[in-house]
Amino acid sequence: MQTFIDLTYVVVAALFILGLKAMSSPATARRGIVWAGVGMVLATIVTFLTPGLGNIGLMLLAIVLGGGAAWYLGRVVKMTDMPQMVAVYNGMGGGAAAAIAALEFARGEVHGALPLTLAVLGSLIGSVAFSGSVVAFLKLQGVMKRAWRLPAQNTVNAALAAVVVLLGLLTVATGGTPAVLVLFYVLALLLGVVLTSPIGGADMPVVISLLNAFTGLAVGFEGYVLGIPALIIAGIVVGASGTLLTQLMARAMNRPISNIIFTPMTGEAQGGGSGVAGTMRELSALDAAAMMRYAQRVVVVPGYGMAVAGAQHKVQEMAKLLEGAGVDVRFAIHPVAGRMPGHMNVLLAEAGVPYDKIFDLEEINADFPLTDVALVIGANDVVNPVARHDKASPIYGMPILDADRAAQVIVVKRGKGAGYSGIENELFYRENTSMLYGSAQQAIADVVTNLKGMG
Amino acid sequence: MDLFYLYIFMLAAFTGYEVIARVPVILHTPLMSGSNFVHGVVLVGAMVALGHAASPLEQAIGFFAVLLGAANAAGGYVVTERMLAMFRSDRRGAPAMPGAERVK
Repeated sequence: MQTFIDLTYVVVAALFILGLKAMSSPATARRGIVWAGVGMVLATIVTFLTPGLGNIGLMLLAIVLGGGAAWYLGRVVKMTDMPQMVAVYNGMGGGAAAAIAALEFARGEVHGALPLTLAVLGSLIGSVAFSGSVVAFLKLQGVMKRAWRLPAQNTVNAALAAVVVLLGLLTVATGGTPAVLVLFYVLALLLGVVLTSPIGGADMPVVISLLNAFTGLAVGFEGYVLGIPALIIAGIVVGASGTLLTQLMARAMNRPISNIIFTPMTGEAQGGGSGVAGTMRELSALDAAAMMRYAQRVVVVPGYGMAVAGAQHKVQEMAKLLEGAGVDVRFAIHPVAGRMPGHMNVLLAEAGVPYDKIFDLEEINADFPLTDVALVIGANDVVNPVARHDKASPIYGMPILDADRAAQVIVVKRGKGAGYSGIENELFYRENTSMLYGSAQQAIADVVTNLKGMG
Repeated sequence: MDLFYLYIFMLAAFTGYEVIARVPVILHTPLMSGSNFVHGVVLVGAMVALGHAASPLEQAIGFFAVLLGAANAAGGYVVTERMLAMFRSDRRGAPAMPGAERVK
């Protein structure tokens, strides 16, 4: 029986790797998740056959409760909120890895330097991923508004980390006394909170990706403690691929990972936003409608503000009306528009925007000088010209969409505040920029009404 | 025996790095979500751990572990599947995901 189980785990590990491989290419991505899903179901069923397994009733109850609730939430949540769902489910995986180690410690089943070390490491990483992901979720959900920083944040982080590592070493040396272990877990959870809290929301995707890689490592380490190779393989593969993915994301945002962790973006960045002054001009929905209706080329730059307002369907309606009037309408997507790379593509696809209307940064930037109207909806940092020339700005060097090079720019914006990163946007003060204030949903609905009136 | 496991660690790390060597930006988020689902296999470890739990405290910790692990697996699958559903092919056989066909 044990041989059959072990063989099944081999198949499961292969399915996971093949699934991930397929998920890294658009043509095969959907197949990939199905393969990985089949692997997961196989693994779960075959584990029930493990000889000498007790507490089956409890186990089933936990699976139904945890799996059922997560399944339901994942089904009903809006596409806009996907990133924070990934954060939450990732945190749960980390928490599970930490809890497995805690249980093995409680049973006194961990012996030997290597198993102890890996159990401690897995607990530490898992706990940090758990509490860090919860903070990431709260930030993205808008519950935690501000990035709060302690005085001497990096010193506090380092001190706390040192204490946690010390307790971990103590556990490795002594085999884990209950008092030390409890303190270790509490401080590890706290470490996840203090590491994540100061990080600005704009950097969250990278942080979530990093925590995801962390969880993979924790799972791999606990797989060693339990002696289940399938867990080791799946965990370490995710750890390595997640690390690479984090680097790719950070590169797309031009933010070195060390910067994100150690020098969080804040509104009062050193000298950031200097030289941004002037007044913003307001225009009415009627004027905006007319400007676009009688233009030849319009490029829409959607951002998170559009997604949050759920305005993508209205925007598509507006695009259809304009096209009916002979205007060429295209969409320009920044690599990190929305909250994560690729997030905006998903939202526009959902609204029924044809894929041949959607262009990424490299494809469309050269066309902005030939564009009559650039309509910026709820995007801010990704069109801020400061990134091109202000070396003191925290977003300096990030590739931006050159919306400012269009003949006219209309910015749909809720209010006069700074953007997500807290940096003033130079574009809003430009000669050729007008502001259309209001929630994206309402503002675009007004534009649509006016367009219909023009026939 | 321990060394044998270290080989697994090493090879798995290389595999993970190679398996997603070239991935277009539009797939970053779905792929992250997909790898989040894959480490949901922690559920299996949690089940084995709970299966050997004896005292009420151990059972409580194990129950918690399975609960979280199951949530990671189930939630991770649904979220990934929903994102990737955008990649369905339309009638002309072209990908429906904006920008997907022009990925270099």
